[in-house]
Amino acid sequence: MNEIPRLRYPRIVLGLMVAAGIAGAALADGGKSEQGVPLSPKYRQECAACHVPFPPGMLPAASWRHVMADLPRHYGTDASLDPASTKELSTWIAANAGTYKRVSEEPTQDRITHSVWFVRKHNEVAAGTWSLPAVKGPSNCAACHPQADQGNFNEHSVRIPR
Amino acid sequence: MNHPTVIRYLHAALVAGAVLSSVAQASTPAQLLADYSARAGSAPSPARGRALFTAPQGREWSCSTCHGAVPTQAGKHASTGKAIGALAPGFNAERFSDAAITEKWFRRNCNDVMGRECSAAEKADVLSWLLTLKP
Ligand code: HEC
Ligand code: HEC
Ligand code: HEC
Repeated sequence: MNEIPRLRYPRIVLGLMVAAGIAGAALADGGKSEQGVPLSPKYRQECAACHVPFPPGMLPAASWRHVMADLPRHYGTDASLDPASTKELSTWIAANAGTYKRVSEEPTQDRITHSVWFVRKHNEVAAGTWSLPAVKGPSNCAACHPQADQGNFNEHSVRIPR
Repeated sequence: MNHPTVIRYLHAALVAGAVLSSVAQASTPAQLLADYSARAGSAPSPARGRALFTAPQGREWSCSTCHGAVPTQAGKHASTGKAIGALAPGFNAERFSDAAITEKWFRRNCNDVMGRECSAAEKADVLSWLLTLKP
């Protein structure tokens, strides 16, 4: 895996990826993929305390820049973080942004759940389902994707609460 | 050594000390409580801590909304529903074991609940109450 990524990523990014235990396979095939990249331990620690770790591949880089620039006002909550951690996370996120195969436009409010692909993929979910107490809203991926925590959103493992 | 040099040395030592203390942060709940109380300059009050924790502070959420009224078991994030491990250190050994982590959450959560940061006295009050909760 060493040869191909070395051509594509600046050394510091490569170092971060190796440190994070990322095998290049998920990205080495030309960028866009079905399966998300393995999450860095830092991302898991800082970005999965309040919700599932949203895959960096599921938003374009520009949207992630907005998110990371405004953590003290994060979707109605204070998610402020020290500058060094913010920088480390931003670098890792930027290196993995937009890799999910369906990502194209910048969704409104920088929400994955406002993406055109997200709305289309979920148009069979009944309106009432989103407001069930066990679901709480479209951002709660784990309510229907039991392995969301592992970055697995495969349609075959979906379970909708009733 | 002339005066300005001494001052420069002192300054360097102080800065190094500050940096060290913000890196090496392994701590215990008792140490954190002692530290907050010293900064507050007064003895902590578990009763005040309990009141701050359980009563709404003028905004939508209280501390209890996410952590439970008696935070000896898992709570639930008010907007995402994600489970939150017990906050009382007697029921969760990871709590209050790293000053930077504790400070990060006090800053965020006090801001969400009260629209400002908590004072050292308020943090001492809350922690002293949490320490009265025993298995
Ligand atoms: C203090 C809690 C907290 C932390 C820490 C946190 N978030 Fe969030 N995040 C939230 C809340 C609350 C929402 C809104 C959820 C909702 O609308 O149901 C949210 C929503 C999001 C969304 C939008 C999801 C969607 O499509 O609706 C993204 C993306 C996101 N967070 C990324 C991150 C990243 C990256 C980090 C780490 C730097 C992070 N979050 C850390 C609380 C947090
Ligand atoms: C209320 C339940 C529910 C929630 C909440 C939900 N999903 Fe889904 N999701 C589904 C269903 C049902 C499908 C399958 C659609 C189908 O069969 O084509 C799906 C499909 C998907 C797919 C396509 C999978 C594939 O194999 O093509 C992705 C990706 C996805 N969801 C991501 C997410 C993300 C990310 C979140 C959270 C931000 C989320 N979902 C929240 C129910 C949900
Ligand atoms: C919106 C939900 C929410 C509210 C409201 C909330 N918290 Fe928290 N709190 C969290 C989450 C999430 C964590 C981190 C959970 C984890 O690390 O597993 C946390 C962690 C903490 C910690 C970290 C303890 C440690 O050292 O590990 C402290 C202290 C804390 N909260 C105090 C408070 C206080 C005091 C209030 C009220 C002023 C409050 N919280 C209100 C969600 C909340």
